[in-house]
Amino acid sequence: MTISIDPQKTNNESLQPKGWLRYFSFSLDHKVIGIQYLVCGFLFYLIGGTLASAIRIELASPMSDFMPRDVYNQVLTLHGTIMIFLWIVPVVNGAFGNYLIPFYVGARDMAFPRLNAVAFWLIPPSGLMLVASYFVEGAAQAGWTAYPPLSITTPQSGQIIWILSVLLLGGSSIFGGINFIATIIKLRRPGLKLMQLPMYCWAMLGTSLLVVLSTPVLAGTLILLSFDIIANTGFFNPVLGGNVVVYQHLFWFYSHPAVYIMVLPAFGLVSEILPVHARKPLFGYTTMVFSIMGIVVLGLVVWAHHMFTSGTPPWMRLFFTIATAFIAVPTGIKFFNWVATLWGGKISINSAMLFSCGFIINFVFGGITGVALAQVPFDIHVHDTYFVVAHFHYIVYGGTVFIIFSSIYHWFPKVTGKMLNEKLGILHFIITFIGFNLCFAPQHWLGLNGMPRRVAEYDPQFQFVNQISSLGALLMAISTIPFLINVFLSVRNGKNAGDNPWNALTPEWLTSSPPPVENWKGEAPLVEEPYGYGKEISQQK
Amino acid sequence: MTTLDSSKEIQKNNSEVNETHEDFRMFGLITFLIADGMTFAGFFAAYLTYKAVNPLPDGAIYELELPIPTLNTILLLISSATFHKAGKALLKDKNSDSQKWLFFTAFLGIIFLICQLFEYFHLPFGLTDNLFASTFYALTGFHGLHVTLGTLMILIISWQSRINGGRLTSQNMFPLEAVELYWHFVDGIWVVLFIILYLL
Repeated sequence: MTISIDPQKTNNESLQPKGWLRYFSFSLDHKVIGIQYLVCGFLFYLIGGTLASAIRIELASPMSDFMPRDVYNQVLTLHGTIMIFLWIVPVVNGAFGNYLIPFYVGARDMAFPRLNAVAFWLIPPSGLMLVASYFVEGAAQAGWTAYPPLSITTPQSGQIIWILSVLLLGGSSIFGGINFIATIIKLRRPGLKLMQLPMYCWAMLGTSLLVVLSTPVLAGTLILLSFDIIANTGFFNPVLGGNVVVYQHLFWFYSHPAVYIMVLPAFGLVSEILPVHARKPLFGYTTMVFSIMGIVVLGLVVWAHHMFTSGTPPWMRLFFTIATAFIAVPTGIKFFNWVATLWGGKISINSAMLFSCGFIINFVFGGITGVALAQVPFDIHVHDTYFVVAHFHYIVYGGTVFIIFSSIYHWFPKVTGKMLNEKLGILHFIITFIGFNLCFAPQHWLGLNGMPRRVAEYDPQFQFVNQISSLGALLMAISTIPFLINVFLSVRNGKNAGDNPWNALTPEWLTSSPPPVENWKGEAPLVEEPYGYGKEISQQK
Repeated sequence: MTTLDSSKEIQKNNSEVNETHEDFRMFGLITFLIADGMTFAGFFAAYLTYKAVNPLPDGAIYELELPIPTLNTILLLISSATFHKAGKALLKDKNSDSQKWLFFTAFLGIIFLICQLFEYFHLPFGLTDNLFASTFYALTGFHGLHVTLGTLMILIISWQSRINGGRLTSQNMFPLEAVELYWHFVDGIWVVLFIILYLL
């Protein structure tokens, strides 16, 4: 059975609000939805960043003098939850996925445009709920992991709002994942083979499989947790015969894949950006595809490496150590592929390229500490210390957030038709890179020396290093200022970009910038070699 | 490969196109059901882990009677068959037959829910009595929620398959096919649940 698309019905440009108003409407255009995701996510990034600054101000001195201890716990819970569920996951999946995937598969929109709009419009209300949960009596203070018994014994109204909010965000994520799988597998332009797709499609396919397979388990777990809080059942309450380790297993069955949900799309985006600015084909396309799928499969069977201190039996420790170490293989393949893509290329040093290179440097560091953390003896030593905080932020900030900025610099001309200011962009990169490393590199040392995480007070001997870290956080906060100035100035008075300022070959650049409604005037182009850079030059000769 | 020049040609060709594409709503539904199945998988995993590692306190009551759930299993299996009949009838443009089969399927779903509630009211344990009781009610309750939604959807499509002015025809089978797939899924989950919860 086929569905016919009536142009009278879909080209209802006159019915849609024009200009900036459409970003506040229930628009079905994937490009509008992508920008909605991005801007909404960035606003929550600013909130989460403010909370992070509050944490670092508190930690500049060993005593809890900036805020009381319970407020500190509430702030770090909100910081973690906002950054993961409202900034990284929606932006790196929802924003760039919605904007780019229909171009890459040669379609006019996502497979299910209405579902797409519903998925986005679940985010603002649940984000507001999450922020509001801080202001009720008994705000959530059990961390973003919400481990019981802490989450069921502390005051609970805030925790319940937190659970409802995360459930809605999980639903949004699942709807998005279904849409991406259907779009990539079913909505490809006739003649476009799977192995000709740009790498970001593969990354999003892998990510969406992880979303569809693991997010429902988190939803089920949180439903059981809310039963424990509301109905006084004892699933995770040891006093009533429950088992907290079951929560940890179910939670990490989602939340370890969640790390890949946050970082695989970034792998895809960097694979789009590097070839364009190095003027070389992406090195090792096929190995890249197989390593993404390898990470998806392995990513589902490594969750218990978060629980080596939770009384896991030796066989389980052995299995999960080995499985985790295996993930280093596909990840290493990807790392070497990016370096080989740059090797001998005609590299332009611009903001997008700098942020991508910053990503490669930070990510290899976070990857190495990740392999170290997979080893049981080492993990037991540094468990729940700042070493884990440093490792995690090297992956998620040094990795994913760097790529989000890199992508904004790369695709800003596509979205607006205007160039961003390069000088401000490079300034943004330098402050971010120095600030980030100054903030998180010293935390490895803090962790190895035994400073526990998630505690407002610490041993005074750690004060100097913590102050260095706080200084880095200050720089990171400052770094958003040139970025915001850059965006606001460039949207109004930026240099005109033309349709394809980077001379890129991926399909989204083969239409006008900004693209028309329904993406293409006429038929979508068939791009068989999205990375054919060297070949293009030889053909022109 | 496409060069930049050919793309400009494409842009010049600004004609309105009336395209068709394959219907992949069923594909989306299957993906959603896989996700839904993972929720149940999480619950089953939790239940089996509890059974293996968390012994119940002395004197805890966890006996289940088999007659009602066995009847319920048979009811759901029959309802899957009657739903299939409804689809066959609609394919042959026999809308009134299709509607009868759909009503019968919904009726079986309602009987299932009544039996489930009857079992709840006559069980010797409550939600918070012990870990087994809590998991039992969570699992069967979550499944019952699915049956309730399914029954409501069957009633809606049986209204849509009415002869005059109904939108469900042999040309537009998707609503019926979608609900049918969902209903078979819910039946399948029940069979797994029956084996794990009542028989094991």
